[in-house]
Amino acid sequence: MRMSRAVPLRLTLRPRVTVALSDLFSLRRRPETDEGAGSDAPPHPSKALAKFLASLQSRPQPVLLDLGPVVGSNLTFFGEELGCKIFVENVFKDIDRHVLESKLEELPAFFEQRFPQADATFDGILCWDALDYLDKKTGPVVARHLARLLKPEGALLALFNASEPRETDAATYTRFVVVDRANLQYRHYPAAKRRGRALQNRDIQRMFEPLRIVEQFLLKTNVREVLFRKAALPPVSSISGPT
Amino acid sequence: MWKRDEAVKPAAGTPAPVPPAPVSQAAATPVPAAVETRQTMSRDMVNIGKSVVIKGELAGSEDLTIEGHVEGKIELKDHVLTIGPNGKIKAQVFAKAVIVLGEVTGNVAATEKVDIKDGGSVDGDIISPRVAIAEGAHFRGSVDMQRKAVAPSTQPQAAKPAPAVAAAH
Repeated sequence: MRMSRAVPLRLTLRPRVTVALSDLFSLRRRPETDEGAGSDAPPHPSKALAKFLASLQSRPQPVLLDLGPVVGSNLTFFGEELGCKIFVENVFKDIDRHVLESKLEELPAFFEQRFPQADATFDGILCWDALDYLDKKTGPVVARHLARLLKPEGALLALFNASEPRETDAATYTRFVVVDRANLQYRHYPAAKRRGRALQNRDIQRMFEPLRIVEQFLLKTNVREVLFRKAALPPVSSISGPT
Repeated sequence: MWKRDEAVKPAAGTPAPVPPAPVSQAAATPVPAAVETRQTMSRDMVNIGKSVVIKGELAGSEDLTIEGHVEGKIELKDHVLTIGPNGKIKAQVFAKAVIVLGEVTGNVAATEKVDIKDGGSVDGDIISPRVAIAEGAHFRGSVDMQRKAVAPSTQPQAAKPAPAVAAAH
C-alpha cells in the first residue's frame, strides 16, 4: 500500500503570518540584555553627547549621575569611555510612584530631600528628559539640586522635547540608549504621567542657574539637546582678598 | 527457536566472546554514569533552598545558588554566585561572577561580571569590570567598572599620556 505524502504542519499565529512548526521550535528567546520593546528603534543623531564625553575625558575617574531609567548598555558605554563611576538615581520611578499614590503635590518636597549627596559630588550629570515630566514647582527644585551636585567645570546633559504634547499621545517615558558617541536610540515605554508642556529656552536657562549653557542643538526629532557647564572656581588669590 | 537461546549463551569452552560483555553491561546499566555526573555537579554547585535563613559570613570555593535569605557577608572568590528568583540577600557580596534574579541589598563586587536579570533587583554599589543590567531589572546605586585600560589616562600628567589615552579609546 502506498503511503500518502507527509504534509508539513503549519501553524497560523496571526492573520497572514504563517509559521512552520519547525521554524517555531527554532525561535530563540531574545538575549536578556537591554533588548526589549523598542530595541529595533532607529538610532537618532546626537550632537551633544560627544561634547559631553569630551568635556569629561580629561578628568581622572570622573563620577557620573544618571537620572534616567537604568540602561545596562549605557553603563557599560560610559564605563568604557570614561572609566567612570556611575550613580543611578531613577527619578522616573519616583514620579510614577507619586502619580500612582496620588501624591503629586508632594513631589517638590520629595525632591528637596531626594539628593542627599554633598555639593560638587559629580563631574557629569545625565539628566535626559526628566525635566519634561516635572511641573513648574518641581522642575526648578530638581534643577537647583543638580546644579549644586555638579563639580566646578562639570557638565550636565539635558534633553527637552521642543514639540507640544498632544492629547492623543500615550503617556510614555523614553530610554535614551547610547548607540555610539554620535547616536542615541529612543525607546519609549509606558509611563504613569504624560509629558508636560514644552519648556522655553529662557525657562530652561533660569532653572539651571548658575550653570551656563555651552552648547544647544535642536534636532530634527524635535529634541533639544542642551549641554550645561558649571563655572570653574575663582582663583584662590581672588577669594582670599587683600591681606 | 530454542536454538537461538543456545546461540546467545557463551559456549562452555570458549572464553572468547568477552569483548561484547562490557558494552552490553554499560548499555544495560547507564545509571552509574548519570549518578557520577550528578555527584560531580553537586560537588561543584551548592544550592541554598527557599526556607533557609543564614545570618553571618558565608564563604566557599564552589559555585553557589541562593534561593533563601542571607544577611551578612558572602565571599566566593573564584566562583559564581547566583541569587535565584526567591533569594533575598542583605549582604556585602564578593565573587568571581554574580548573577541576580532575586533581591540584593548591599554592595556587590565581582572580579569578572555582575549580571542583573529581568526581575532582579540590586540596591547597592557594584564594582566589576563588566556589568549587564536587563530591561526590567531594578538597580539603585553606583557602578564602578574599574577598567584597567583607562588607568593610564587617569594620570594625564605622568610620563607620556597621549598614546595611552588614544589606545584606550
